[in-house]
Amino acid sequence: MIKLKINNIEVSAKKGESILDVAIRNGIKIPAVCRHSDLEPQSSCRLCLVSIKGRDGFFTSCSTNVENGMEIITDSPEIKKLRKINLELLFSQHIEQCSQCNWKYKCKLLSLAKDYNIKITKFNDRKKSFKEKKFGPSIVFDSSKCIDCKNCVQMCEKQGIGYLTVKEKDGFFQVVTDSSKECVYCGQCITHCPSGAFEEISSIEKVEKALEKKYVIFQFAPAIRSSIGEEFNMPYGSISTGKLVSSIKKLGAKKVFDVSVSADVTTIEEGNELIERLNNGKNLPMFTSCCPSWVRYVEIYKPEIVKNLTSVRSPHIILGGLIKTYFSEKEKINPKNIIVVSVMPCTSKKYEILRDELKVDGLRPVDYVLTTRELGKLIKKNNIDFKNIEEDALDSPWNKPTGAGVIYGNTGGVMESALRTVYEKLTGKKLKNINFKEVRGLEGVKEAKVKIGNKNINVAVVNGLGNINKIDLKKYEYIEVMACPGGCIGGGGQPIPINNEIRKKRAQSLYKIDSGDSVRMAHDSLTVKMIYKEFLNNKKNIHKTCHTTYFPKNK
Amino acid sequence: MDIIKKIKEAGLKGRGGGSFSTALKWELAKKAQGKEKYVICNAAEGEPNVFKDKYILDNYLEDVINGIKIAKNFISAKSAYIYLNKNYTISEDIGDIIIFKKDSGYIGGEETSICEAIEGKRVEPRRKPPFLTESGLFGCPTLLNNVETFYCVSKIAKGEYNHSRFFSINGDVLNQGVYELREDITIFQALKETKNYPEFDFFAQVGGGASGEIMLPQELNRPVFGAGSITIYNREKTDKYELMEKWAEFFHTGNCDKCVPCREGAFRIYEMIKERNIDYDKLDSIFFSLKKSSFCSLGKSIPLPFESLIKKIR
Ligand code: SF4
Ligand code: SF4
Ligand code: SF4
Ligand code: SF4
Ligand code: FES
Repeated sequence: MIKLKINNIEVSAKKGESILDVAIRNGIKIPAVCRHSDLEPQSSCRLCLVSIKGRDGFFTSCSTNVENGMEIITDSPEIKKLRKINLELLFSQHIEQCSQCNWKYKCKLLSLAKDYNIKITKFNDRKKSFKEKKFGPSIVFDSSKCIDCKNCVQMCEKQGIGYLTVKEKDGFFQVVTDSSKECVYCGQCITHCPSGAFEEISSIEKVEKALEKKYVIFQFAPAIRSSIGEEFNMPYGSISTGKLVSSIKKLGAKKVFDVSVSADVTTIEEGNELIERLNNGKNLPMFTSCCPSWVRYVEIYKPEIVKNLTSVRSPHIILGGLIKTYFSEKEKINPKNIIVVSVMPCTSKKYEILRDELKVDGLRPVDYVLTTRELGKLIKKNNIDFKNIEEDALDSPWNKPTGAGVIYGNTGGVMESALRTVYEKLTGKKLKNINFKEVRGLEGVKEAKVKIGNKNINVAVVNGLGNINKIDLKKYEYIEVMACPGGCIGGGGQPIPINNEIRKKRAQSLYKIDSGDSVRMAHDSLTVKMIYKEFLNNKKNIHKTCHTTYFPKNK
Repeated sequence: MDIIKKIKEAGLKGRGGGSFSTALKWELAKKAQGKEKYVICNAAEGEPNVFKDKYILDNYLEDVINGIKIAKNFISAKSAYIYLNKNYTISEDIGDIIIFKKDSGYIGGEETSICEAIEGKRVEPRRKPPFLTESGLFGCPTLLNNVETFYCVSKIAKGEYNHSRFFSINGDVLNQGVYELREDITIFQALKETKNYPEFDFFAQVGGGASGEIMLPQELNRPVFGAGSITIYNREKTDKYELMEKWAEFFHTGNCDKCVPCREGAFRIYEMIKERNIDYDKLDSIFFSLKKSSFCSLGKSIPLPFESLIKKIR
């Protein structure tokens, strides 16, 4: 334990902690724009300056570690002056487009501009002519907002991609894309950018148009219920399923379904496939495929393991398919008149829905994807008071999720759900302890050995795409990969900011729903049983709505 | 007598501009724990009007190599590198010393940036501590010295060291070139002895052709500092804006653009000077921030030439 003083207040800290982290923990405010706790400090904004007694000059608190006996001062006229100048310089390279920005009222830059009373137009904007670039159907990079902290570059490298890189252009080292690489649309650049230079490509207008004249069905992913509240200033991890439903209804959706229910279909199909592969020993290890960024990564960068991906579709694609077949038939609606909108924590799903091989009877299962953030914007735009709105219930038949379906939003969730089901299917016995704690949590790689009957199954959970290169694939039979750190609760379409504290709170809420649920096994879901009885009772229907094929892609 | 004692006795200080005690640096690198160790000879020399390392490499390569080998033995390094300015060449056989050609701007000469470059990473300074002697190239203890320092070590080892130093003298002078003179020679004497003392009204830039300080004729009675360069400007004929524009462009394009004060500040200095439209309040603010909050020494060194010129030459 280290003892030190910050602004004459005695505090304690652990070795290796930064001054900034210790200050924040003790409620002492230091402005810090470029620091993201997932990454190595860039120390580029030069705002988090402090002075240390007995040492010359100023130190950036994000990159200076505490030492025993240190006496730190976080504010002084000189420090104020430096922060002011550096803020003005930051604004000189940032084209403000606050009204449409991801950060908006949460923007650190703007609130600092106020706190330090700076003129944000002290210098002319040097990035006026900087261009926008689209990454596939998912992401747009507006380089005129970039403040050059390079967090996105570090994050994209951490994801194992390196699509974002730095090149010298017109006298500046700038963030550019590397044309020898391909983006996988995970959106982690968005959630790690302090200046809002990255955003999803918006589908809000298209959805608004559809709402005017079509039969619009909304379905939302497991991970939305514990994060959407943040868009309305609710505490991190607030579970707001009911408010979500009523707000969406207010927007004019005819039905609102829960993708957690079709996650159970994914689990059952994937469980069957795993059992089959374990029996015939082919194409092991099997990989999950509900994360489209992971699938795209495999198709582009690891084509040799395309055959190891499960053929099962991701939950919202399955549900979209069921809506346009089973549901439309039952309700006697022409599937061509149905518009399915998925609310996803994800920017990659915007790309996934355009994959032609997913079409069901010639129709795309899902027509539009809105990210959590976009839904938040749409709700605000319609002046719906999310925080205080009366809760509403989901629509039948996809209204009763199991705990297994809900935890899909967490890293390890798909694995845990599959293990529960595979265990009971293979052994015919009831699983006594259904919590697979080894696969939970935020470590980059998690492993478990599971004894199922007379079989030992080795599984791994890869949390964050870049960690795929840290494991020896041959050691396992089944591997879950989620591109985003924390899984979809930390997805590229989720409310910002995101860090481990926030990920934990969102994840805990999903586990809380699971542990409080009376049905916690995918195969025990009454809804799912009914669908298998009524529609998924033949190979053709199962294949058409629940399975697909993947293709190696040329870079 | 062992080499470290000799270096200590000679009182050798680094000749790259930092003037750190060479013996102390060597001892730190020797004591540091590490699987491997490395030696790097910094031959990046990138400032305008500074050519002394090139001169030494062209004329005394053998001594430089000898110095590097002594260092390599002394700290038991796995390998040694020469980090070479891309316009310089070494065509002689230098054994197993590895030549790494620098292909980045001015920042590429900063010592932690050199490690990044050799490791194949983006050329940007690292945060310090750790210092190179603890964790440098590939995270291993690394001893980095300038070309001239290695040359001096060789001379010391051979008992030929006579406290000389290399100076680049240029600008509006008759006999420009690189001269080997007494290390404590004053600027005035250096100009006189090389028959370069101007007969017209002038000012000098000392210590580097961009980051060096502007000195007036009456200020020259002190030893040469920094990277050991003296550049003479004819006071009447020199367009001060043009001169400042050259420096500003050099800093703006040669920095690494990592930190705000230097990336944006250097650009705004360049912009204001280029447009001949200087807002001195803004300029002072930028200088203040550069000096006090830049990430590395490059940014911190930017204000000096401008401030000394503006203050001394009206
Ligand atoms: S979406 Fe992911 S892969 Fe694409 S640029 Fe952003 S971080 Fe990199
Ligand atoms: S785009 Fe955002 S994250 Fe990337 S360098 Fe610019 S400000 Fe930083
Ligand atoms: S982890 Fe989830 S949010 Fe992230 S890309 Fe994959 S599916 Fe999308
Ligand atoms: S001061 Fe900052 S921008 Fe300038 S060279 Fe150093 S790190 Fe790079
Ligand atoms: S937060 Fe420390 S320099 Fe930006």
